[in-house]
Amino acid sequence: MVKDTRLSTKLWAAANWTLIGFFVVNLFAMIATVVTSSFSTRWLGTWLPAGWTTRWYSAAWSEFQLYDVLSVTFQIVFLVVALSGLIGVPAAYALARRDFPGKKLVMLLFLLPLLVPPITFGIPLATVLYQTGFAGQMSGVVLANLVPTVPFVILVMIPFIEQIDTKIEAAARVFGANTFKLFVHVLLPLLMPGILAALLLVLVRTLAMFELTFLTAGPTSQTLVVALYYAVFAAGVRAVQSIDAMAVIYMVTTLIWLVIALRFVNPTQIVARAKK
Amino acid sequence: MSTDTSTIPLKQRLAARGLDGLTLLVLPAVLFLLALFIYPFFYGLFLSFEPKQGGIFANYQRFFSDRFLYGTIATTLWLALPVTIATLLLAIPIAFRVRLMKNQRLLTTILVIPITLGTVLVAEGLLNYLGPQGWFNRVLMTFGIISSPVKLLHNYWGVMLSLVITGFPFTFLLTLSYLSGIDPALEQAGATLGAGPWDRFKHILFPLLLPGLAITFCLSFVQAFSVFPSAVLLGAPSGPTRVISIAAYQAAFEEYDYSMASAVAMIMGVVQLTIVVVVLAARGLLYRGPAGGGKG
Repeated sequence: MVKDTRLSTKLWAAANWTLIGFFVVNLFAMIATVVTSSFSTRWLGTWLPAGWTTRWYSAAWSEFQLYDVLSVTFQIVFLVVALSGLIGVPAAYALARRDFPGKKLVMLLFLLPLLVPPITFGIPLATVLYQTGFAGQMSGVVLANLVPTVPFVILVMIPFIEQIDTKIEAAARVFGANTFKLFVHVLLPLLMPGILAALLLVLVRTLAMFELTFLTAGPTSQTLVVALYYAVFAAGVRAVQSIDAMAVIYMVTTLIWLVIALRFVNPTQIVARAKK
Repeated sequence: MSTDTSTIPLKQRLAARGLDGLTLLVLPAVLFLLALFIYPFFYGLFLSFEPKQGGIFANYQRFFSDRFLYGTIATTLWLALPVTIATLLLAIPIAFRVRLMKNQRLLTTILVIPITLGTVLVAEGLLNYLGPQGWFNRVLMTFGIISSPVKLLHNYWGVMLSLVITGFPFTFLLTLSYLSGIDPALEQAGATLGAGPWDRFKHILFPLLLPGLAITFCLSFVQAFSVFPSAVLLGAPSGPTRVISIAAYQAAFEEYDYSMASAVAMIMGVVQLTIVVVVLAARGLLYRGPAGGGKG
Protein backbone atom coordinates (compact mmCIF):
# COMPACT_ATOMS: atom_id res chain seq x y z
CA MET A 1 0.00 0.00 0.00
CA VAL A 2 1.16 3.52 -0.75
CA LYS A 3 2.51 5.23 2.33
CA ASP A 4 0.06 7.91 3.40
CA THR A 5 1.78 10.93 4.92
CA ARG A 6 -1.16 13.24 5.56
CA LEU A 7 -1.58 14.64 9.06
CA SER A 8 -5.12 13.29 9.47
CA THR A 9 -3.91 9.76 8.75
CA LYS A 10 -1.10 10.07 11.26
CA LEU A 11 -3.43 11.44 13.91
CA TRP A 12 -5.86 8.60 13.32
CA ALA A 13 -3.05 6.05 13.62
CA ALA A 14 -1.88 7.67 16.85
CA ALA A 15 -5.43 7.57 18.23
CA ASN A 16 -5.68 3.87 17.40
CA TRP A 17 -2.39 3.06 19.07
CA THR A 18 -3.42 5.04 22.14
CA LEU A 19 -6.55 2.92 22.34
CA ILE A 20 -4.57 -0.32 22.04
CA GLY A 21 -2.07 0.96 24.59
CA PHE A 22 -4.82 1.97 27.02
CA PHE A 23 -6.37 -1.47 26.82
CA VAL A 24 -3.09 -3.36 27.23
CA VAL A 25 -1.86 -1.11 30.08
CA ASN A 26 -5.10 -1.56 32.02
CA LEU A 27 -5.05 -5.30 31.41
CA PHE A 28 -1.52 -5.66 32.75
CA ALA A 29 -2.17 -3.27 35.63
CA MET A 30 -5.15 -5.42 36.60
CA ILE A 31 -3.04 -8.59 36.57
CA ALA A 32 -0.23 -6.78 38.42
CA THR A 33 -2.67 -5.68 41.14
CA VAL A 34 -3.60 -9.28 41.84
CA VAL A 35 0.03 -10.43 41.90
CA THR A 36 1.15 -7.51 44.11
CA SER A 37 -1.70 -8.02 46.52
CA SER A 38 -0.90 -11.72 46.86
CA PHE A 39 2.63 -10.89 48.07
CA SER A 40 1.68 -8.03 50.38
CA THR A 41 1.52 -8.04 54.16
CA ARG A 42 -0.93 -5.18 54.41
CA TRP A 43 -2.16 -3.02 51.54
CA LEU A 44 -4.64 -0.33 52.48
CA GLY A 45 -4.88 3.08 50.90
CA THR A 46 -1.35 3.34 49.54
CA TRP A 47 0.31 2.94 46.16
CA LEU A 48 2.29 -0.08 47.25
CA PRO A 49 1.84 -2.52 50.13
CA ALA A 50 3.46 -1.95 53.52
CA GLY A 51 5.61 -5.08 53.28
CA TRP A 52 6.19 -8.22 51.31
CA THR A 53 5.58 -11.83 52.25
CA THR A 54 4.94 -15.22 50.66
CA ARG A 55 2.94 -16.60 53.54
CA TRP A 56 -0.41 -16.10 51.76
CA TYR A 57 0.53 -18.86 49.36
CA SER A 58 0.88 -21.43 52.09
CA ALA A 59 -2.24 -19.99 53.72
CA ALA A 60 -4.23 -20.31 50.50
CA TRP A 61 -2.80 -23.76 49.88
CA SER A 62 -4.19 -25.09 53.17
CA GLU A 63 -7.33 -22.89 53.47
CA PHE A 64 -8.70 -23.76 50.06
CA GLN A 65 -7.33 -27.34 50.03
CA LEU A 66 -5.59 -26.48 46.82
CA TYR A 67 -3.80 -29.82 46.64
CA ASP A 68 -7.14 -31.61 46.33
CA VAL A 69 -8.56 -28.98 44.03
CA LEU A 70 -5.54 -29.11 41.72
CA SER A 71 -5.50 -32.88 41.55
CA VAL A 72 -9.25 -32.94 40.79
CA THR A 73 -8.76 -30.21 38.17
CA PHE A 74 -6.06 -32.10 36.34
CA GLN A 75 -7.88 -35.42 36.50
CA ILE A 76 -10.95 -33.77 34.97
CA VAL A 77 -8.98 -31.82 32.37
CA PHE A 78 -6.92 -34.79 31.22
CA LEU A 79 -9.98 -37.03 31.03
CA VAL A 80 -11.74 -34.39 28.93
CA VAL A 81 -8.69 -34.02 26.68
CA ALA A 82 -8.26 -37.77 26.18
CA LEU A 83 -11.95 -38.49 25.59
CA SER A 84 -12.54 -35.59 23.24
CA GLY A 85 -9.55 -36.77 21.22
CA LEU A 86 -10.78 -40.36 21.14
CA ILE A 87 -14.31 -39.40 20.10
CA GLY A 88 -13.47 -36.36 18.01
CA VAL A 89 -10.56 -37.43 15.81
CA PRO A 90 -12.22 -40.51 14.23
CA ALA A 91 -15.39 -38.50 13.63
CA ALA A 92 -13.36 -35.72 12.00
CA TYR A 93 -11.69 -38.34 9.81
CA ALA A 94 -15.03 -39.73 8.64
CA LEU A 95 -16.35 -36.23 7.96
CA ALA A 96 -13.24 -35.20 6.05
CA ARG A 97 -13.18 -38.29 3.84
CA ARG A 98 -16.80 -39.23 3.18
CA ASP A 99 -19.80 -37.47 1.70
CA PHE A 100 -22.98 -39.03 2.93
CA PRO A 101 -26.65 -38.09 3.05
CA GLY A 102 -27.36 -35.91 6.06
CA LYS A 103 -23.77 -34.68 6.39
CA LYS A 104 -24.95 -31.06 6.58
CA LEU A 105 -27.23 -31.95 9.48
CA VAL A 106 -24.37 -33.69 11.28
CA MET A 107 -22.16 -30.64 10.78
CA LEU A 108 -24.91 -28.44 12.20
CA LEU A 109 -25.08 -30.75 15.22
CA PHE A 110 -21.36 -30.15 15.76
CA LEU A 111 -21.58 -26.39 15.26
CA LEU A 112 -24.44 -25.72 17.66
CA PRO A 113 -22.68 -26.51 20.97
CA LEU A 114 -19.97 -24.03 19.97
CA LEU A 115 -22.38 -21.26 19.06
CA VAL A 116 -24.82 -21.61 21.95
CA PRO A 117 -23.28 -20.20 25.16
CA PRO A 118 -22.56 -22.78 27.87
CA ILE A 119 -24.93 -21.33 30.42
CA THR A 120 -27.90 -21.63 28.02
CA PHE A 121 -27.46 -25.32 27.28
CA GLY A 122 -25.78 -25.97 30.63
CA ILE A 123 -28.94 -25.60 32.71
CA PRO A 124 -31.00 -28.27 30.90
CA LEU A 125 -27.85 -30.41 30.66
CA ALA A 126 -27.19 -30.10 34.41
CA THR A 127 -30.85 -31.00 35.06
CA VAL A 128 -30.47 -34.22 33.04
CA LEU A 129 -27.15 -35.01 34.71
CA TYR A 130 -28.68 -34.52 38.17
CA GLN A 131 -31.63 -36.76 37.27
CA THR A 132 -29.30 -39.50 36.07
CA GLY A 133 -27.01 -39.13 39.08
CA PHE A 134 -23.88 -38.11 37.19
CA ALA A 135 -23.75 -34.52 38.36
CA GLY A 136 -22.11 -33.76 41.67
CA GLN A 137 -19.23 -36.07 40.90
CA MET A 138 -16.32 -36.07 38.55
CA SER A 139 -17.98 -38.09 35.79
CA GLY A 140 -20.74 -35.50 35.45
CA VAL A 141 -18.26 -32.64 35.18
CA VAL A 142 -16.29 -34.55 32.52
CA LEU A 143 -19.45 -35.35 30.54
CA ALA A 144 -20.63 -31.73 30.64
CA ASN A 145 -17.24 -30.40 29.57
CA LEU A 146 -17.08 -32.82 26.64
CA VAL A 147 -20.18 -31.26 25.05
CA PRO A 148 -18.32 -28.24 23.61
CA THR A 149 -14.88 -29.89 23.33
CA VAL A 150 -15.81 -32.86 21.10
CA PRO A 151 -17.24 -30.58 18.37
CA PHE A 152 -14.26 -28.26 18.85
CA VAL A 153 -11.78 -31.09 18.15
CA ILE A 154 -13.82 -32.17 15.13
CA LEU A 155 -13.95 -28.69 13.60
CA VAL A 156 -10.23 -28.06 14.19
CA MET A 157 -9.22 -31.49 12.85
CA ILE A 158 -11.26 -31.59 9.61
CA PRO A 159 -9.00 -29.18 7.67
CA PHE A 160 -5.90 -30.96 9.00
CA ILE A 161 -7.16 -34.31 7.72
CA GLU A 162 -8.36 -32.92 4.41
CA GLN A 163 -4.84 -31.81 3.50
CA ILE A 164 -3.40 -35.32 3.82
CA ASP A 165 -3.07 -36.97 0.41
CA THR A 166 -5.58 -39.81 0.01
CA LYS A 167 -3.02 -41.71 -2.10
CA ILE A 168 -1.01 -42.41 1.06
CA GLU A 169 -4.02 -44.13 2.57
CA ALA A 170 -4.76 -45.96 -0.68
CA ALA A 171 -1.17 -47.25 -0.71
CA ALA A 172 -1.52 -48.52 2.87
CA ARG A 173 -4.76 -50.25 1.91
CA VAL A 174 -3.08 -51.90 -1.09
CA PHE A 175 -0.48 -53.34 1.27
CA GLY A 176 -3.26 -54.84 3.34
CA ALA A 177 -3.70 -52.44 6.24
CA ASN A 178 -7.13 -52.43 7.81
CA THR A 179 -8.72 -49.23 9.14
CA PHE A 180 -7.19 -49.70 12.60
CA LYS A 181 -3.66 -50.30 11.28
CA LEU A 182 -4.10 -47.40 8.89
CA PHE A 183 -4.93 -45.15 11.83
CA VAL A 184 -2.09 -46.26 14.06
CA HIS A 185 0.74 -46.51 11.54
CA VAL A 186 -0.14 -43.97 8.86
CA LEU A 187 -2.64 -41.37 9.97
CA LEU A 188 -1.69 -40.86 13.58
CA PRO A 189 1.96 -39.94 12.88
CA LEU A 190 0.88 -37.61 10.07
CA LEU A 191 -1.85 -36.00 12.16
CA MET A 192 0.16 -35.67 15.36
CA PRO A 193 0.83 -31.89 15.04
CA GLY A 194 -2.85 -31.24 14.40
CA ILE A 195 -4.04 -33.48 17.21
CA LEU A 196 -1.55 -31.94 19.61
CA ALA A 197 -2.74 -28.43 18.72
CA ALA A 198 -6.42 -29.34 19.04
CA LEU A 199 -5.92 -31.10 22.37
CA LEU A 200 -3.85 -28.28 23.86
CA LEU A 201 -6.60 -25.85 22.93
CA VAL A 202 -9.13 -28.16 24.59
CA LEU A 203 -6.92 -28.20 27.69
CA VAL A 204 -6.71 -24.40 27.91
CA ARG A 205 -10.44 -24.02 27.30
CA THR A 206 -11.38 -26.67 29.86
CA LEU A 207 -9.15 -25.11 32.54
CA ALA A 208 -10.95 -21.81 32.03
CA MET A 209 -14.44 -23.30 31.52
CA PHE A 210 -16.41 -21.94 34.42
CA GLU A 211 -20.11 -22.28 33.63
CA LEU A 212 -20.42 -25.98 32.81
CA THR A 213 -18.23 -27.08 35.71
CA PHE A 214 -19.98 -24.70 38.09
CA LEU A 215 -23.40 -26.10 37.15
CA THR A 216 -22.45 -29.77 37.48
CA ALA A 217 -19.73 -29.91 40.15
CA GLY A 218 -20.27 -31.14 43.68
CA PRO A 219 -18.07 -30.31 46.68
CA THR A 220 -15.47 -32.93 45.74
CA SER A 221 -15.41 -32.26 42.02
CA GLN A 222 -14.66 -28.55 41.85
CA THR A 223 -12.04 -27.34 39.44
CA LEU A 224 -9.69 -24.50 40.27
CA VAL A 225 -11.76 -21.84 38.51
CA VAL A 226 -14.92 -22.83 40.37
CA ALA A 227 -13.08 -22.88 43.70
CA LEU A 228 -11.79 -19.39 42.87
CA TYR A 229 -15.33 -18.22 42.11
CA TYR A 230 -16.60 -19.46 45.48
CA ALA A 231 -13.66 -17.81 47.25
CA VAL A 232 -14.35 -14.44 45.58
CA PHE A 233 -18.09 -14.86 46.10
CA ALA A 234 -17.57 -15.34 49.83
CA ALA A 235 -15.02 -12.53 50.02
CA GLY A 236 -14.74 -11.11 53.51
CA VAL A 237 -14.60 -14.58 55.05
CA ARG A 238 -10.93 -14.93 54.09
CA ALA A 239 -8.11 -12.43 53.71
CA VAL A 240 -8.05 -10.71 50.33
CA GLN A 241 -4.39 -11.62 49.87
CA SER A 242 -5.16 -15.29 50.32
CA ILE A 243 -7.80 -15.16 47.55
CA ASP A 244 -5.35 -13.26 45.37
CA ALA A 245 -2.69 -15.91 46.00
CA MET A 246 -5.16 -18.50 44.78
CA ALA A 247 -5.92 -16.34 41.74
CA VAL A 248 -2.20 -16.19 40.97
CA ILE A 249 -1.94 -19.97 41.24
CA TYR A 250 -4.86 -20.24 38.81
CA MET A 251 -3.26 -17.71 36.44
CA VAL A 252 0.05 -19.57 36.45
CA THR A 253 -1.63 -22.93 35.80
CA THR A 254 -3.56 -21.52 32.85
CA LEU A 255 -0.78 -19.41 31.40
CA ILE A 256 1.78 -22.24 31.43
CA TRP A 257 -0.49 -24.27 29.18
CA LEU A 258 -1.26 -21.22 27.06
CA VAL A 259 2.45 -20.66 26.46
CA ILE A 260 2.91 -24.34 25.54
CA ALA A 261 -0.14 -24.19 23.27
CA LEU A 262 1.08 -21.07 21.51
CA ARG A 263 4.19 -22.92 20.37
CA PHE A 264 1.97 -25.13 18.23
CA VAL A 265 -0.95 -22.94 17.26
CA ASN A 266 -1.76 -19.50 16.01
CA PRO A 267 -3.29 -17.39 18.82
CA THR A 268 -6.36 -16.62 16.71
CA GLN A 269 -7.22 -20.35 16.75
CA ILE A 270 -8.12 -20.07 20.43
CA VAL A 271 -10.82 -17.60 19.51
CA ALA A 272 -12.06 -18.22 15.99
CA ARG A 273 -13.81 -21.35 16.96
CA ALA A 274 -16.37 -22.13 14.32
CA LYS A 275 -15.16 -21.26 10.90
CA LYS A 276 -17.12 -23.12 8.30
CA MET B 1 -29.99 -49.11 -13.62
CA SER B 2 -33.10 -49.75 -11.60
CA THR B 3 -33.50 -53.27 -13.01
CA ASP B 4 -30.25 -54.65 -11.67
CA THR B 5 -29.88 -52.77 -8.38
CA SER B 6 -31.17 -55.88 -6.65
CA THR B 7 -28.16 -57.86 -7.85
CA ILE B 8 -25.69 -55.36 -6.32
CA PRO B 9 -25.05 -56.18 -2.65
CA LEU B 10 -26.49 -53.76 -0.14
CA LYS B 11 -23.01 -53.02 1.19
CA GLN B 12 -21.83 -51.73 -2.18
CA ARG B 13 -24.96 -49.70 -2.77
CA LEU B 14 -24.46 -48.00 0.58
CA ALA B 15 -20.78 -47.46 -0.10
CA ALA B 16 -21.67 -45.73 -3.36
CA ARG B 17 -23.63 -43.21 -1.33
CA GLY B 18 -20.73 -42.69 1.04
CA LEU B 19 -21.83 -45.04 3.80
CA ASP B 20 -19.28 -47.67 4.73
CA GLY B 21 -17.37 -48.85 7.76
CA LEU B 22 -15.32 -45.67 7.81
CA THR B 23 -18.36 -43.42 7.89
CA LEU B 24 -19.46 -45.19 11.05
CA LEU B 25 -16.53 -43.56 12.87
CA VAL B 26 -18.67 -40.45 13.11
CA LEU B 27 -21.28 -42.35 15.12
CA PRO B 28 -19.78 -42.09 18.64
CA ALA B 29 -19.56 -38.33 18.38
CA VAL B 30 -23.08 -38.03 16.95
CA LEU B 31 -24.55 -40.31 19.62
CA PHE B 32 -22.69 -38.43 22.34
CA LEU B 33 -24.06 -35.07 21.24
CA LEU B 34 -27.56 -36.47 20.70
CA ALA B 35 -27.47 -37.77 24.27
CA LEU B 36 -25.92 -34.74 25.97
CA PHE B 37 -26.91 -31.80 23.79
CA ILE B 38 -30.09 -32.53 21.83
CA TYR B 39 -31.76 -34.76 24.42
CA PRO B 40 -31.24 -32.31 27.34
CA PHE B 41 -32.63 -29.54 25.14
CA PHE B 42 -35.88 -31.40 24.46
CA TYR B 43 -35.98 -32.71 28.01
CA GLY B 44 -35.73 -29.11 29.23
CA LEU B 45 -38.32 -27.96 26.73
CA PHE B 46 -40.85 -30.56 27.88
CA LEU B 47 -39.93 -30.08 31.53
CA SER B 48 -40.67 -26.37 31.20
CA PHE B 49 -44.26 -27.29 30.32
CA GLU B 50 -44.63 -29.46 33.44
CA PRO B 51 -44.55 -26.83 36.19
CA LYS B 52 -44.66 -27.62 39.89
CA GLN B 53 -48.15 -26.20 39.99
CA GLY B 54 -50.63 -24.80 37.49
CA GLY B 55 -51.30 -25.48 33.83
CA ILE B 56 -48.74 -26.28 31.18
CA PHE B 57 -47.90 -22.63 30.57
CA ALA B 58 -47.71 -21.73 34.28
CA ASN B 59 -43.92 -21.23 34.23
CA TYR B 60 -44.08 -18.90 31.29
CA GLN B 61 -47.05 -17.03 32.77
CA ARG B 62 -45.12 -16.62 36.00
CA PHE B 63 -42.05 -15.39 34.16
CA PHE B 64 -43.93 -12.79 32.14
CA SER B 65 -46.09 -11.54 35.02
CA ASP B 66 -43.33 -11.16 37.64
CA ARG B 67 -41.36 -7.98 37.05
CA PHE B 68 -38.44 -9.45 38.99
CA LEU B 69 -38.27 -12.17 36.31
CA TYR B 70 -39.29 -10.59 33.01
CA GLY B 71 -37.27 -7.51 33.88
CA THR B 72 -34.13 -9.62 33.56
CA ILE B 73 -34.54 -9.72 29.77
CA ALA B 74 -34.35 -5.92 29.53
CA THR B 75 -31.50 -5.81 32.08
CA THR B 76 -29.50 -8.33 30.09
CA LEU B 77 -30.19 -6.64 26.75
CA TRP B 78 -29.26 -3.30 28.30
CA LEU B 79 -25.87 -4.82 29.15
CA ALA B 80 -25.27 -7.07 26.17
CA LEU B 81 -26.18 -4.71 23.33
CA PRO B 82 -24.01 -1.73 24.45
CA VAL B 83 -21.14 -4.11 25.22
CA THR B 84 -21.35 -5.74 21.79
CA ILE B 85 -21.55 -2.39 20.00
CA ALA B 86 -18.72 -0.92 22.10
CA THR B 87 -16.42 -3.88 21.45
CA LEU B 88 -17.19 -3.74 17.73
CA LEU B 89 -16.54 0.03 17.58
CA LEU B 90 -13.22 -0.54 19.35
CA ALA B 91 -12.29 -3.62 17.35
CA ILE B 92 -12.90 -2.31 13.82
CA PRO B 93 -10.39 0.60 13.75
CA ILE B 94 -7.82 -1.41 15.70
CA ALA B 95 -8.17 -4.38 13.36
CA PHE B 96 -7.66 -2.03 10.40
CA ARG B 97 -4.51 -0.71 12.04
CA VAL B 98 -3.10 -4.09 13.05
CA ARG B 99 -3.77 -5.51 9.57
CA LEU B 100 -0.94 -3.31 8.26
CA MET B 101 1.52 -4.67 10.83
CA LYS B 102 4.05 -7.28 9.78
CA ASN B 103 4.37 -8.98 13.17
CA GLN B 104 0.94 -9.40 14.69
CA ARG B 105 1.79 -12.35 16.88
CA LEU B 106 2.84 -10.47 20.03
CA LEU B 107 -0.28 -8.30 20.09
CA THR B 108 -2.64 -11.18 19.33
CA THR B 109 -0.95 -13.21 22.08
CA ILE B 110 -1.48 -10.40 24.61
CA LEU B 111 -5.10 -10.13 23.56
CA VAL B 112 -5.67 -13.86 23.97
CA ILE B 113 -4.65 -13.67 27.66
CA PRO B 114 -7.97 -12.28 29.02
CA ILE B 115 -9.85 -15.01 27.15
CA THR B 116 -7.75 -17.84 28.55
CA LEU B 117 -7.85 -16.38 32.05
CA GLY B 118 -11.61 -16.36 31.88
CA THR B 119 -14.34 -14.22 33.33
CA VAL B 120 -13.82 -15.24 36.97
CA LEU B 121 -10.22 -14.09 37.12
CA VAL B 122 -10.97 -10.84 35.30
CA ALA B 123 -13.73 -10.19 37.82
CA GLU B 124 -11.37 -10.87 40.73
CA GLY B 125 -8.70 -8.64 39.19
CA LEU B 126 -11.10 -5.79 38.55
CA LEU B 127 -12.35 -5.96 42.14
CA ASN B 128 -8.83 -5.01 43.21
CA TYR B 129 -7.93 -2.74 40.35
CA LEU B 130 -11.07 -0.60 40.07
CA GLY B 131 -11.76 -0.38 43.79
CA PRO B 132 -11.81 3.00 45.55
CA GLN B 133 -8.18 2.46 46.64
CA GLY B 134 -7.13 0.67 43.46
CA TRP B 135 -4.51 1.86 41.03
CA PHE B 136 -7.07 2.98 38.46
CA ASN B 137 -8.71 5.53 40.73
CA ARG B 138 -5.35 6.55 42.21
CA VAL B 139 -3.89 7.39 38.81
CA LEU B 140 -6.95 9.41 37.84
CA MET B 141 -6.86 11.29 41.15
CA THR B 142 -3.11 11.95 40.92
CA PHE B 143 -3.60 13.53 37.51
CA GLY B 144 -6.45 15.55 38.93
CA ILE B 145 -8.99 14.18 36.46
CA ILE B 146 -11.35 13.29 39.29
CA SER B 147 -11.53 14.55 42.87
CA SER B 148 -13.08 11.51 44.54
CA PRO B 149 -12.88 7.85 43.47
CA VAL B 150 -15.28 6.81 40.69
CA LYS B 151 -17.61 4.09 41.81
CA LEU B 152 -17.11 1.33 39.25
CA LEU B 153 -17.82 -1.77 41.31
CA HIS B 154 -21.02 -3.47 42.34
CA ASN B 155 -23.00 -1.61 39.72
CA TYR B 156 -23.67 -1.58 35.98
CA TRP B 157 -20.24 -0.25 35.03
CA GLY B 158 -18.23 -3.00 36.69
CA VAL B 159 -20.05 -5.67 34.71
CA MET B 160 -19.90 -3.60 31.56
CA LEU B 161 -16.11 -3.09 31.84
CA SER B 162 -15.41 -6.72 32.59
CA LEU B 163 -17.51 -7.77 29.59
CA VAL B 164 -15.61 -5.37 27.35
CA ILE B 165 -12.27 -6.71 28.63
CA THR B 166 -13.21 -10.34 28.03
CA GLY B 167 -15.23 -9.62 24.89
CA PHE B 168 -12.95 -7.20 23.07
CA PRO B 169 -10.15 -9.70 22.25
CA PHE B 170 -12.67 -12.16 20.86
CA THR B 171 -14.36 -9.51 18.70
CA PHE B 172 -11.03 -8.07 17.60
CA LEU B 173 -9.45 -11.35 16.55
CA LEU B 174 -12.58 -12.41 14.69
CA THR B 175 -12.77 -9.05 12.88
CA LEU B 176 -9.07 -9.28 12.04
CA SER B 177 -9.48 -12.74 10.53
CA TYR B 178 -12.40 -11.54 8.38
CA LEU B 179 -10.49 -8.44 7.36
CA SER B 180 -7.41 -10.40 6.28
CA GLY B 181 -9.70 -12.51 4.10
CA ILE B 182 -10.41 -9.51 1.84
CA ASP B 183 -8.32 -9.47 -1.33
CA PRO B 184 -5.76 -6.61 -0.91
CA ALA B 185 -5.80 -6.07 -4.69
CA LEU B 186 -9.22 -4.43 -4.38
CA GLU B 187 -7.96 -1.81 -1.98
CA GLN B 188 -4.84 -1.25 -4.08
CA ALA B 189 -7.02 -0.74 -7.16
CA GLY B 190 -8.99 1.87 -5.24
CA ALA B 191 -5.79 3.60 -4.15
CA THR B 192 -4.49 3.59 -7.72
CA LEU B 193 -7.67 5.32 -8.84
CA GLY B 194 -7.05 8.05 -6.29
CA ALA B 195 -9.26 7.03 -3.35
CA GLY B 196 -8.00 8.23 0.03
CA PRO B 197 -8.05 6.07 3.16
CA TRP B 198 -11.54 7.15 4.20
CA ASP B 199 -12.98 6.59 0.71
CA ARG B 200 -11.35 3.18 0.51
CA PHE B 201 -12.82 2.27 3.87
CA LYS B 202 -16.29 3.56 3.05
CA HIS B 203 -16.65 2.21 -0.48
CA ILE B 204 -14.47 -0.90 -0.58
CA LEU B 205 -13.42 -2.45 2.71
CA PHE B 206 -16.40 -1.73 4.94
CA PRO B 207 -19.05 -3.13 2.55
CA LEU B 208 -16.95 -6.27 2.06
CA LEU B 209 -16.40 -6.62 5.79
CA LEU B 210 -20.06 -6.19 6.75
CA PRO B 211 -21.10 -9.86 6.34
CA GLY B 212 -18.22 -10.88 8.60
CA LEU B 213 -19.12 -8.17 11.08
CA ALA B 214 -22.67 -9.52 11.23
CA ILE B 215 -21.34 -12.92 12.31
CA THR B 216 -18.95 -11.26 14.78
CA PHE B 217 -21.83 -9.25 16.20
CA CYS B 218 -23.92 -12.39 16.70
CA LEU B 219 -21.14 -14.35 18.43
CA SER B 220 -20.13 -11.45 20.69
CA PHE B 221 -23.72 -10.67 21.54
CA VAL B 222 -24.54 -14.25 22.46
CA GLN B 223 -21.48 -14.36 24.72
CA ALA B 224 -22.35 -11.09 26.43
CA PHE B 225 -25.99 -12.07 26.80
CA SER B 226 -25.09 -15.17 28.80
CA VAL B 227 -22.95 -13.24 31.29
CA PHE B 228 -22.94 -14.91 34.66
CA PRO B 229 -19.88 -14.80 36.96
CA SER B 230 -19.03 -11.13 36.41
CA ALA B 231 -22.66 -10.07 36.93
CA VAL B 232 -22.57 -11.77 40.33
CA LEU B 233 -19.09 -10.75 41.44
CA LEU B 234 -18.78 -7.24 39.99
CA GLY B 235 -22.40 -6.18 39.68
CA ALA B 236 -25.38 -5.84 41.91
CA PRO B 237 -26.91 -9.29 41.37
CA SER B 238 -30.12 -8.49 43.16
CA GLY B 239 -30.68 -5.18 41.42
CA PRO B 240 -29.34 -3.41 38.36
CA THR B 241 -27.34 -6.34 37.02
CA ARG B 242 -29.75 -9.15 37.78
CA VAL B 243 -29.28 -10.77 34.37
CA ILE B 244 -31.35 -13.61 33.00
CA SER B 245 -28.73 -16.29 33.71
CA ILE B 246 -28.89 -15.38 37.41
CA ALA B 247 -32.66 -15.88 37.31
CA ALA B 248 -32.18 -19.30 35.69
CA TYR B 249 -29.47 -20.27 38.16
CA GLN B 250 -31.54 -19.23 41.18
CA ALA B 251 -34.57 -21.17 39.93
CA ALA B 252 -32.47 -24.30 39.47
CA PHE B 253 -30.08 -24.29 42.40
CA GLU B 254 -31.73 -22.14 45.04
CA GLU B 255 -35.42 -23.00 44.55
CA TYR B 256 -34.65 -26.46 43.07
CA ASP B 257 -37.43 -25.79 40.56
CA TYR B 258 -35.84 -27.39 37.50
CA SER B 259 -39.03 -26.90 35.52
CA MET B 260 -38.93 -23.14 36.04
CA ALA B 261 -35.17 -23.08 35.40
CA SER B 262 -35.68 -24.87 32.09
CA ALA B 263 -38.37 -22.35 31.15
CA VAL B 264 -35.98 -19.46 31.87
CA ALA B 265 -33.21 -21.19 29.90
CA MET B 266 -35.60 -21.65 26.97
CA ILE B 267 -36.60 -17.98 27.10
CA MET B 268 -32.92 -17.04 27.22
CA GLY B 269 -32.26 -19.20 24.15
CA VAL B 270 -35.23 -17.70 22.28
CA VAL B 271 -34.10 -14.10 22.92
CA GLN B 272 -30.56 -14.94 21.75
CA LEU B 273 -31.89 -16.71 18.70
CA THR B 274 -34.22 -13.82 17.82
CA ILE B 275 -31.39 -11.29 17.79
CA VAL B 276 -29.15 -13.66 15.83
CA VAL B 277 -31.87 -14.37 13.26
CA VAL B 278 -32.62 -10.66 12.82
CA VAL B 279 -28.92 -9.86 12.29
CA LEU B 280 -28.39 -12.79 9.94
CA ALA B 281 -31.50 -11.89 7.95
CA ALA B 282 -30.12 -8.39 7.53
CA ARG B 283 -26.82 -9.98 6.50
CA GLY B 284 -28.63 -11.87 3.74
CA LEU B 285 -29.36 -8.50 2.10
CA LEU B 286 -25.65 -7.70 1.87
CA TYR B 287 -23.26 -8.48 -0.94
CA ARG B 288 -21.47 -11.76 -0.52
CA GLY B 289 -19.33 -12.59 -3.46
CA PRO B 290 -15.97 -14.09 -4.28
CA ALA B 291 -14.24 -10.85 -3.26
CA GLY B 292 -15.75 -10.76 0.20
CA GLY B 293 -14.10 -11.76 3.39
CA GLY B 294 -17.16 -13.89 4.07
CA LYS B 295 -15.40 -17.00 5.32
CA GLY B 296 -18.29 -17.74 7.63
